[in-house]
Amino acid sequence: MSDLAALLPLLMPVIGGLGVLLVVAIERGRAVRLSAGLALVMLAFSAVVTWVPLSRGDSRALFDGALLIDTQALAFQMVFLLVAALTVMMSIRHLEAIGAPRGEYFALILFAVSGMTMMAGSENLLTIFLGLEILSVCLYVLAGFDRDREIPVEGALKYFLLGAFATGFVLYGIALLYGVTGRIDLRGIASHLQSAAGGPPDPLIVVGAALLLIGLAFKIAAVPFHFWAPDVYQGSMAPVAGFMAAGTKAAAFAALLRILGVGLSSPGVQEEWSSVLEVLAIMTMIFGNLVALAQQNIKRMLAYSSIANAGYLLVAVVAGARTGQATSIALFYLTAYTLMTVGAFAVAALVGRAAEDGEGYQLAAFAGLSKRRPALAAAMAVFMLSLTGIPPTAGFMGKFYIFKGAVDADLYGLAAVGLLASVIGAFYYLRVIVQMYLREPGGNAAPAPLSAPEWVAVASAAAGTLWIGLFPSQLLSLAQRLL
Amino acid sequence: MDWYLHNILTIVTFLPLLGALALLLVNKENKRLIIQGATWIAFADFLLSVPLFFMYNAEQGGFQFEVRASWIPSLGVQYYVGLDGISLLLLLLTTFLGVISILSSWTAITERVKEYYIFMLLLQTGMMGVFISLDFFLFYIFWEAMLVPMYFLIGIWGGPRKLYAAIKFFLYTLLGSVLMLLGILAMYFYYPKVSGGAVTFDIPELIRVLGPLTDPYWFEMSRWIFLAFFVGFAIKVPMVPFHTWLPDAHVEAPTAGSVILAGVLLKMGTYGFVRFSLPMLPQATRYYLPWMLALSVIGIVYGALVAMVQKDWKKLVAYSSVSHLGFCMLGIFALNQAGLNGGILQMINHGLSTGALFLIVGLIYERRHTRMIAEYGGLSKVMPVFATMFMIVTMSSIGLPTLNGFIGEFTILMGAFTIPSGYGFQVPVIGFVGGKFWAVCGVLGIVLGAAYMLWLYQRTMFGKLDNPENAHLKDLDFREVMTLVPIVALCFWIGIYPKPLFRILERPVAELAQRLEGTASAPVAQDGAAAQGIGDAAAVPAGTIADARP
Repeated sequence: MSDLAALLPLLMPVIGGLGVLLVVAIERGRAVRLSAGLALVMLAFSAVVTWVPLSRGDSRALFDGALLIDTQALAFQMVFLLVAALTVMMSIRHLEAIGAPRGEYFALILFAVSGMTMMAGSENLLTIFLGLEILSVCLYVLAGFDRDREIPVEGALKYFLLGAFATGFVLYGIALLYGVTGRIDLRGIASHLQSAAGGPPDPLIVVGAALLLIGLAFKIAAVPFHFWAPDVYQGSMAPVAGFMAAGTKAAAFAALLRILGVGLSSPGVQEEWSSVLEVLAIMTMIFGNLVALAQQNIKRMLAYSSIANAGYLLVAVVAGARTGQATSIALFYLTAYTLMTVGAFAVAALVGRAAEDGEGYQLAAFAGLSKRRPALAAAMAVFMLSLTGIPPTAGFMGKFYIFKGAVDADLYGLAAVGLLASVIGAFYYLRVIVQMYLREPGGNAAPAPLSAPEWVAVASAAAGTLWIGLFPSQLLSLAQRLL
Repeated sequence: MDWYLHNILTIVTFLPLLGALALLLVNKENKRLIIQGATWIAFADFLLSVPLFFMYNAEQGGFQFEVRASWIPSLGVQYYVGLDGISLLLLLLTTFLGVISILSSWTAITERVKEYYIFMLLLQTGMMGVFISLDFFLFYIFWEAMLVPMYFLIGIWGGPRKLYAAIKFFLYTLLGSVLMLLGILAMYFYYPKVSGGAVTFDIPELIRVLGPLTDPYWFEMSRWIFLAFFVGFAIKVPMVPFHTWLPDAHVEAPTAGSVILAGVLLKMGTYGFVRFSLPMLPQATRYYLPWMLALSVIGIVYGALVAMVQKDWKKLVAYSSVSHLGFCMLGIFALNQAGLNGGILQMINHGLSTGALFLIVGLIYERRHTRMIAEYGGLSKVMPVFATMFMIVTMSSIGLPTLNGFIGEFTILMGAFTIPSGYGFQVPVIGFVGGKFWAVCGVLGIVLGAAYMLWLYQRTMFGKLDNPENAHLKDLDFREVMTLVPIVALCFWIGIYPKPLFRILERPVAELAQRLEGTASAPVAQDGAAAQGIGDAAAVPAGTIADARP
């Protein structure tokens, strides 16, 4: 019975998803609002049943170790729930506005959350893979949810093909690791590596780990495995893009942290991947920020921004591997990142759908927003400043925490590159502010007044961004419990 | 009352922020209320800050009015504020210029009035926060957060190239500050290794523990930290060659923005050197001293020369800032009591006189909508009050005795002439350049300064009134005079009776000079050795210095 209770954080979204499917089958007319409401209720329940064991510090292995509901999993679960709740609130009106009022959307979001939970809550490669697949399949459908238009379908197909390819890498990597060590759980693999320590690592292990890393690097969109991200984000509905940017990234990092921190943590192996990830981080930060400079489409710009942010997170992973703080830093940053990036995509959705044919997603569509919708512009300014890393915002605290970690690990070079790359970032984030505050409104229509859920989503994301920037203590102490 | 006295710094700093939040609630069409509200808030803030001047105990020294509160305990971050004599003067300068600049905006700003005053007030809070912070993290928060309102002030209400100027300002400063952050973090993690305690951002504690260190490992590390700080502060000052953002930002900014920019923002760079680089990294400071001195005098002379050829009135004043800030740096890096005293006092003087110069440019620009010097001439005939004010401010800027500029420049040169003769470069062909040479360059700068300012005055105020558009210019009205009179009064006060200010500066500066003396005996920092080391390490760049020599 108590096993079932421990499983509730995972079960709630699944039950919710099934419930949504039922609602859609019965009630075609009001499907969107009803299922969105149901989804929100289930997410709230899930948050409660996640918070209770999290605050108590409970930890429990289920199904013979296939699932591990510990503090790390529960803390990441809170992030996933936050992403999903904000996305659901932003999607109701959006689905109606773009002419795709189908309630199944919310079922997909909820199932995706359950996939993320499994990725974060397991030390078993098979379960992680299963979670990854559940998440990915939901995302393939979500990416092409606006199925009557060409660009979304193209994006979804691209995502599906490249994603399937990446999944192949992951699976092959798992197979090789299993073949050599004979174990599928990370601790087993670790103990095998530990016992074989001293001699040169088995080449098959190196290849297997490399394939696994490549697969996950695809999911977090690290350079040079990032090519799908801009196209897919551009093709997807803006709320979905926000969900992918924050949610997928969080889940993939949760899995990455487990795999690297538990499975491949023996000293010799750690040095191997650590130097590889360092290079990946540098390339990702520099390339992501540089290419973002050239973007005129807000979704593409945010896509490259999310790539750059994956780079910062990789710094956290590399630095944290030396000091043991990786999970704590990454969790803090991901929370901050979720608020600002989902918020930014939310505003992009509101501005973007006011105009025809995707014109609204051009940066120029933001011109004069501060005169037409001052509050919305102010919220977007907060998100942009936070992404730039200007205090007092969550983004600054997050970056500070990451680069503090890097300096702590004596990685001064990496910290310097990251900080300088983030200065490049200032340039394109400021461009949005320039459009909103320094340009006169263009010919495009002003965004419609916000519906209540949209208002709540944008306002709470902005308030949260400022709150974490000013009073990060609580979140920090939660994150530091993961040390 | 007790509560007020205890929290006076917090109240003074955050009152403008509260005012800005209150202004948010006012209807934007109600411009009268917004303008009056902002003016009263700034004025009240100034009045609240004045008691600090009288309550500060100059004999006691150290930091006073301290308040400590826990903020982010797990990172060792506190809300820790306090003042010493140096920051006291800068804080008063900030509240004072805050009132003046808001007063000067009444008629100049007609569009998006509400946003303008909100950003002005936010900027005030940010700047004061920088001066009162005694926690490095807190300092950094204010230092960066202050960029945002200034960015908007330039970007929205600026001149034709405002976007370019605003972004340039923002990126330059951000670039400097991220490197500074790296330096801060390096100290933050080094502190526990020395003290054995927990990590901390506590500035007095970092000075106490890291300042006297002389071991070789720290020496090497502190040189890197010095360079990281240097980039951050030198961009802000600005020192040549990091000054290129300044003319753009100054020329494009609205008048009040220029006043604040010149009056307070630039001082943050010099303040950073005085508060952090010198006391925390004395050895590294001595190591890089010849470079600092060279950059300072290059700034003095180069700024003055470039100012001389400007056709644009405001740009001329902007470049004069580069030159004057070079003076401040020369005084500070003389590293003796006179030099430091003069350097810090000159920061205040420059804030007053250049602030006033920007006001003057703003007043004439409001009337004629051009800043080209060639458009003017003979204005003293139609605008006698204006001409008188301008004359006094010009004299203050040049450094005429009985006015403030003289006191500052004189003290700086006193300090500069006692720079030990070892600090310099071995330049091929010419021989050794250093020692008294730096002070001589300073004197040259004063002469050039008099030349460009007087020439400006002559071209605009005297001569024939040959441009018909200038024939009917309105002289200053009461409000406009009132923006200048307080500044002029202060200029005279400092010029005639500077003793109260020197008394306030005496203890903190003496402590600082003592700290610098304390490490002078360390092997690397001995004059001859330092010069030798620099000469060797910088064989190639020394040639470039020689080329750039005036």
